[in-house]
Amino acid sequence: MNDMKELLQGILADALDQLKADDAQPDQIRVRFLGKKGDLTAVLRGMGSLSPEERPAIGQLANEVRTQIENAIEKRQTELNDKKLKSKLLAERVDVTVPGEEFAVGHQHPLTLVRRELEDIFLGLGFSIAEGPEVEYDYYNFQALNIPENHPARDTQDTFYITDKILLRSQTSPVQARVMEKQKPPIRIISPGRVYRSDDVDATHSPLFHQFEGLVVDKGITMGDLKGVLELFAKTMFGEETRIRFRPHHFPFTEPSAEVDVSCFACGGKGCRFCKGEGWIEILGAGMVHPKVLSGCGIDPREYSGFAFGLGIERIALLKYHIDDMRLLYENDMRFLGQF
Amino acid sequence: MILSLEWLTEFTDTAEINVKEFCNRMTDTGSKVEGYEILGEDIENVKVGRITSIRKHENSDHLQICMLDVGTDSPLQIVTGAQNVFEGAIVPVAVAVAHLPGDVTIKPGKLRGVASEGMLCSIGELNLTEHDMPGADNNGILILGEEFADDIGHDIRDVLKLSDTAVEFEITPNRPDCLSVIGLAREASVSFDKKLNLHTPEVKGTSDGDNIKNYLSVTNQSPALCPRYTARVVKNVHIAPSPLWLRARLRASGVRPINNIVDITNYVMLEYGQPMHAFDYKCLDGSAITVRTAAEGEHFISLDSKEHTLDSAALVIADAKKPVALAGVMGGENSEIVDSTTTVVFESANFMGASVRVTAKKQGMRTESSARFEKGLDPENTLPAIQRACELVELLGAGEVVDGIIDIYPGKTDARRVAFEPERINTFLGTDIDVDFMKDALMRLGFVFDGSCVIVPSWRSDVEDMADLAEEVIRIRGYNTIQSTAIYASTTEGCRTPKQKFELLLERTLIGMGLSEIQTFSFISPKFYDKFGMSSDDSRRRSVVISNPLGEDTSIMRTTALPSMLEVLSRNNNFNNENTRLFEMATVYLPSEDPDALPEEPTSLTIGFYGKGDFYTMKGMLETLCRVSRVKVSCTAKSDDPSFHPGRCAELIAEDGAVIGVFGQIHPNVASNYGFSAPVYCAEIRVPVLFAHAHEMEEYHPLPKYPAVTRDFSFTCDEQLEVGVIENVMSRAGGKLVEDVRLFDIYRGAQLGEGKKSVSMRVVLRAADRTLTQEDSDKISAKIIDALARDLGITLRS
Repeated sequence: MNDMKELLQGILADALDQLKADDAQPDQIRVRFLGKKGDLTAVLRGMGSLSPEERPAIGQLANEVRTQIENAIEKRQTELNDKKLKSKLLAERVDVTVPGEEFAVGHQHPLTLVRRELEDIFLGLGFSIAEGPEVEYDYYNFQALNIPENHPARDTQDTFYITDKILLRSQTSPVQARVMEKQKPPIRIISPGRVYRSDDVDATHSPLFHQFEGLVVDKGITMGDLKGVLELFAKTMFGEETRIRFRPHHFPFTEPSAEVDVSCFACGGKGCRFCKGEGWIEILGAGMVHPKVLSGCGIDPREYSGFAFGLGIERIALLKYHIDDMRLLYENDMRFLGQF
Repeated sequence: MILSLEWLTEFTDTAEINVKEFCNRMTDTGSKVEGYEILGEDIENVKVGRITSIRKHENSDHLQICMLDVGTDSPLQIVTGAQNVFEGAIVPVAVAVAHLPGDVTIKPGKLRGVASEGMLCSIGELNLTEHDMPGADNNGILILGEEFADDIGHDIRDVLKLSDTAVEFEITPNRPDCLSVIGLAREASVSFDKKLNLHTPEVKGTSDGDNIKNYLSVTNQSPALCPRYTARVVKNVHIAPSPLWLRARLRASGVRPINNIVDITNYVMLEYGQPMHAFDYKCLDGSAITVRTAAEGEHFISLDSKEHTLDSAALVIADAKKPVALAGVMGGENSEIVDSTTTVVFESANFMGASVRVTAKKQGMRTESSARFEKGLDPENTLPAIQRACELVELLGAGEVVDGIIDIYPGKTDARRVAFEPERINTFLGTDIDVDFMKDALMRLGFVFDGSCVIVPSWRSDVEDMADLAEEVIRIRGYNTIQSTAIYASTTEGCRTPKQKFELLLERTLIGMGLSEIQTFSFISPKFYDKFGMSSDDSRRRSVVISNPLGEDTSIMRTTALPSMLEVLSRNNNFNNENTRLFEMATVYLPSEDPDALPEEPTSLTIGFYGKGDFYTMKGMLETLCRVSRVKVSCTAKSDDPSFHPGRCAELIAEDGAVIGVFGQIHPNVASNYGFSAPVYCAEIRVPVLFAHAHEMEEYHPLPKYPAVTRDFSFTCDEQLEVGVIENVMSRAGGKLVEDVRLFDIYRGAQLGEGKKSVSMRVVLRAADRTLTQEDSDKISAKIIDALARDLGITLRS
C-alpha cells in the first residue's frame, strides 16, 4: 500500500513538474496523467490488488491527486493563455504618436457665440427674444424713440435711407417701440440684431454691426433694478469678480441715461494695457425708459416704468477674444473661424 | 468743448482741485471729460531776458554773441544765428538746461569755439503762432515789447500766460448750456460744492446823445425761425490785436485769435455759449437788417470765401439788398470785419435749432456757431451776451458803444414748471434720497422752487418732467450710490420662439456635419448679380436700394445670399484654405410692390463648399437637414438656373410641391468669375418654407417585434433612367410590407455598353405582426421584378 502511495505522489510530482516547463502542453499532460490510458488511471486500475481496508484510503488519495493535477493544469492553462494573449496584444501595439482620424467639426461664428451667450443669460432671467425688421420706418427708428426730425441726436448715427420714410435701422431700439406698441406690460425682452450706420470700414468701424438690447416695463421698475440686472449680467459674462460703474450720459429715449463700464477683466480694475490704464471698459448704454417713449407707445408712465440697455455684440467679441481688427469678423477666413 | 481751467476760476473756485479729481468728478456728475492737456508743460527754464550787448562771432559770418540779462547776477552769453536781434531787445531765453516743445532739450555748448549758455527762442520754438503773438517775426527771435521790461528774469510761461490746463468735454446734445465756460462753471460749482460767482456785465456807453436808432433798424420776418434778435452798435472802432490775457484764453480754448472785435465775439461765445456775429456797418446797405428766409437760388459767399446757393428754407440775415449772414451758421464775406472797419454791429440772436441744422448740413458747413444753435439755445441769453461783448469793447478800448439796444423778442415764452414729487423720484430711482438734498442740488443748478413745482431755468429746455428731475438729482448724488436690486415684478417666461428654436436646430445640425458659420454684409453691389450669372430679367434683381450708400459695393440690400457665400468661398480659396465648408443664416430683403411698405425679410440658409465632396455630398447635407426637421422632400432636376451647372442642379421640393430650396454645382463660368477652376457647390434654402413644413417629434414608434428580410436586386438599365423612378416603382410594387428601398451600388463599365449602368437596390421587408416566410418575400420579390419589367423594361441580372 505504501508503494501505491508513493506511486500516486510520484505521479503528482511528475505532473506538476511537467506543467512547470516553459513549453508545457497542458492538454497533453492531461491525457498523459488523467486520460484513459494515463498514469493515474493505471494506478486506479491497480487498486484491485489492494485489501478492502486499504482501498478507501488509497481511493481518497488518488482523487486528491487527480483534483490537484486538474487544478494545476487549469491554472497553468490560464497562465499560458494569458501569456499568449499578452504577446499577441503586444504584437498589435500601435504608434500612439500617429495622428488620430480627423473629424470635420463645424465652427460657430464668434459673433453668434457671443450672441448666444448673451441670449442664454437673459433667457434665464425671464427675457424672451423679440425680432424686428432691419429695413425700418423712420418712425420706429427715431420718432417713437423721442428723436424728432432734425434732432441733433440723429447726427451721431449717420443713417442709411431707402426713402424719406424708410431706412436701415441704426439701432435695435425700434424693436422696443414695436413691442411696447403691441404688448401690454409686463414686458421683458431682448432684441439682438443687425444695425447699420454710415461708417467706413476700418479696424474699429463697420457700416453694419450687431446690437443687443434689453427692455423691461412693469409696475414699480426702478433704476436700482436696472443696475441689479446689469450687475448680474456682467458677473455671468465676465466673471464673478466683475464690478460695474454707471456714468451719466444722454440718450433721447431714456431718462436718466447712463454709460456703463465693467471693471477690466484682464487686470481686474488695476489698470493695464488692455483697458488703457483706466481699470474700466465701457460696454453698455442704459437708462430708464423715457416717459415720452412709454406714452407714445400707449403705456401710461404714471402707472408703469421701465429700463432699457444696449450693447454692441462686436465690441464684446473683440474684447472677449482680444481681436484687434473688426474686419476679421466679416472676412470669414477659415483660419480665423476655425479657432472658435 | 475745450475748457480753460484758468478761465473757469473766474466763476468758481476750482483752482485747488487736482486735475484728475476734477475730471473724474465732472464725468461722474454728467459732464464727460474726454481728456485734458496741461499747457506749457513742455516748456521749462525759459525766461524773459534783455540783450545787453551784441558782438560779432570771430569765426562766423552769420553768428552773433549776445550778452543777456536774465535777472541773475552775472550776464548770460548766448550765440545766435538770428539776425533780428538788437541791443536792448527783450527776448525769450532758454537758459541751459532748458526744455522746449517737441522734446527739445537746450544744453550749454560751444558754437565754433564760443560758449553758449542757452538759446534765444522764436515763436515756433515756443509752439506759438503769429496769431498768438501778433507782429512777431516768424523767421526770427520773438522780440517782446517794452511792456515786458518789468518781467526780466521771469518764467516765460507766466509772462505769456502759457500755463493752463485745457479740459476737453464731450457734451451731450441735450446740454448746449454746457458748451460754455459759465455752463461748466455751474456744473463744477455744484459738483464740488463751491460758490458760483456770476458777473453782470456793465456797459458805460457814450452818453453823447447818439443812439442805435441813428444807425440801424431790424425787421424780423421769420419769428418762428428767429425767436429773438438783439443788436448793438459800436462806433469809433480801432481794429487791433486783443490783449495777451484774452488771446491766451482763446488759445487755451482752441480758438485762433484774429483781432479785438472778432476775438470778443468768440470770447463771448465761449464764455456764455451764445454765438455772436459782428458786421462791418459800412457794408450794410440801407442801414437795415432783415431776418428772412432766402429766395430760392439766392447766392451767398461766406466768410471762408465759399459760394453757396440757398433755398427758401434757409434763414438769412440781410441788409436792404443782400444776405450778409447765413443765420446761426456763418457771416458773409461782404460784411466781414477788416482792419479799416470803424463801426460795428454786434448780433446776438436766437435761431431755431432744426432750421440751423438743416441749413448747415445742406451747405456742408458745420461751425462752432451752428453746432451750438442746432441743439437749441436759451433765448434769454442773447442780452447778457451782447452786454458782455460791449463791456469787453470798453475794457479793451476797442471802440465806443452807442447807446440803445435793439431787442426783438417775438418768441418769449413762460418759464416751464414741473411738479416736484420727491417720493416719486425715489421710487423711480429705487433710492432713499433726502428731500433737502434734492432741493439743494436743484436750486444750485438754477431751478427755482415755487410751491410744489420747480421753475426750470431757461437754459434747461431739456428738463420736462419727473424723470428729468430724477436725473438731475441722481447725477449730483452719484449714479453709483444707487443700490442694485432684483426686479420685483410679474414673472415672465424667458424662451425662444418655435422659429428661433428651429433655426438653432438647423445651425447645430450644420455645425455637427462639419460646416462653419459665416456672417456677411446684408448690402451688396448690384454687380454681384452679374458676377453670380443671374439673367438680366431675373426678378431677384429688383432690390431695396440705399439712397445714400457709402459706395456701390454696399448699395443694395441682397435678395439672395449666394453671391456673398461665393465671395467668401473665393476668398478662402485664395487663402489656400482646403476643403472649406460653410453656411450662413442670412437675411434677404424682398422689396414690396408698395414703395411705402417695408420689404419682406425672410431667413435664407446658404451652404457652400469646395474641395472634398460632390453633388451628393450637398444633397446628403440637405437631406440630413430635412430629416432633423422631419420634412419629407424630393429632388427635381433643374437645368435653367444660369448660376448652376445645368446637369447638376436640383430643387428641393416638399410633399405639397412647395420649393424649399435649390442646390447644385455652380456653373463653371460663374465659378471662374470667383476664381475657381475646380467645382464649387452651393445651396440656398428658404428657411420659412422649411419651417412651415417641419414637425416636432410627437411620439416614438415602437421598435419592431419581428425580423426584417432583405432582398437585393441588381440590373442593368439606361443611363437616363433616374434612380428615384426605379425606387418609386419598386416601392409601389412591393406594397405595404416594404420598409425601405435603397440604392447600394451603381456601376458603369465598358462591358455594360455605352449609355448603360448597373444598379443594385436593396429592399427591406417587414411585417408588424409576424415573421415573414420565405414564401411571403418570394411573392413580393416577384411583384417587384414584374413591375420593373413592365414599367421600366428592366430585366434582372442573373
